Amino acid sequence: MNGPHDLGGQMGFGPVAPEMNEPYFHADWEKRALGITISCGAFGAWTIDESRHARENIPPADYLSASYYEIWIRGVETLLERHGFVTRQELLSGRKLQEGAVPKRVLKAEMVPAALAKGGPCDRPVEAAPLFATGERVKTKNFNPATHTRLPRYARAKLGVVEAVQGFFVFPDDNAHGKGENPQWLYTIVFDGGEIWGEGADPSLTVSIDAWESYLEPV
Amino acid sequence: MQDHDHHHGHDHDNHYSDMQARVKALETLLTEKGLIDPAAIDAIVETYETKVGPRNGARVVAKAWSDPDFADWLKRDATAAIASLGFTGRQGEHMRAVFNTAETHNLVVCTLCSCYPWSVLGLPPVWYKAPAYRSRAVIDPRGVLAEFGLVLPEEKKIRVWDSTAELRYLVIPERPEGTEGMDETALAGLVSRDAMIGTAIAGSSKISAAGSPEAL
Repeated sequence: MNGPHDLGGQMGFGPVAPEMNEPYFHADWEKRALGITISCGAFGAWTIDESRHARENIPPADYLSASYYEIWIRGVETLLERHGFVTRQELLSGRKLQEGAVPKRVLKAEMVPAALAKGGPCDRPVEAAPLFATGERVKTKNFNPATHTRLPRYARAKLGVVEAVQGFFVFPDDNAHGKGENPQWLYTIVFDGGEIWGEGADPSLTVSIDAWESYLEPV
Repeated sequence: MQDHDHHHGHDHDNHYSDMQARVKALETLLTEKGLIDPAAIDAIVETYETKVGPRNGARVVAKAWSDPDFADWLKRDATAAIASLGFTGRQGEHMRAVFNTAETHNLVVCTLCSCYPWSVLGLPPVWYKAPAYRSRAVIDPRGVLAEFGLVLPEEKKIRVWDSTAELRYLVIPERPEGTEGMDETALAGLVSRDAMIGTAIAGSSKISAAGSPEAL
């Protein structure tokens, strides 16, 4: 979707403001927000792609004025409600009002080290030969789905070169919507700055994205 | 009566106190429903405050500088090479190492969200997740770098890696001159978090911050 999250090339946000001696967290609630997000992800009820899409669906004015942990909390509330773990009334009251869905697992303290060390690999056994080869010129598709995609707007309908064939990975555009993992080949595609930004582009700039095979067409 | 001094009271602060209440209510609700274990949250926070941070990445870089075989392995299979040092897990499942050279400087961004190599750098700084960096890194990287105090020569090429999939990028900065006699531990001390994102170079970061290996 062409949501507020798709920020590449937008203007007007002012200078980057790196913070000297930045702490990992700026408030206690940020710590709890991190832990709640990871704990709820461990239910196994939704995928990382669905959770990204939940965040992208935050209305633009809210998204752009929120801190990142606030975005996470808004996203996880949406997912908890969508999957029947809590109701809107419960979120508003902060109290249990009824039984809800039962998760496949609840992350207990003793499970945390193993869960974090394991992570969640997204590569899958190869099911087909790659359509494109390293060094090949390709064009990214022009599409504007209302659903989740990982092809940024600035990189649509652009000519690039396959720099690497990276492996066979879960396809987020389907996986975010409960349509299955449908893995595809993933490629690193490199573009000249001028191809993306046109007149006035920095001539020393190249930009790459990682693109699933169905984002690409032969040239 | 409005006697509150608003000079230093940003909207931001109000947002933060709202969030304090909202997250507290959510944690209370989820705990009451048996869906989360508050002790698990403590363990997650402790992991990312004390165990997983940029010191991990600095060790990878120092070893790459010291050991050509390791550097070669890192180029071919960064996930395995990094795992051999014990750094695995969440948001580090599929690692790629990109090497700065005399010709090219690498910079990593996630324009679509906040993808970042947690297993080697820990949690991302706020600026990495904020719109100013995510919007401009791909169109005006030199302007962004200047805001970090890094001005590259005009002839230096800039390669920006937008983390749009599940690959996580670690920049291997160039080894600073005059470090020939240093061992891996000393070399790791020259590698800031920002140098491994690409917003600094090794041995000269003005923003080492929580990113400095000593801070962990």
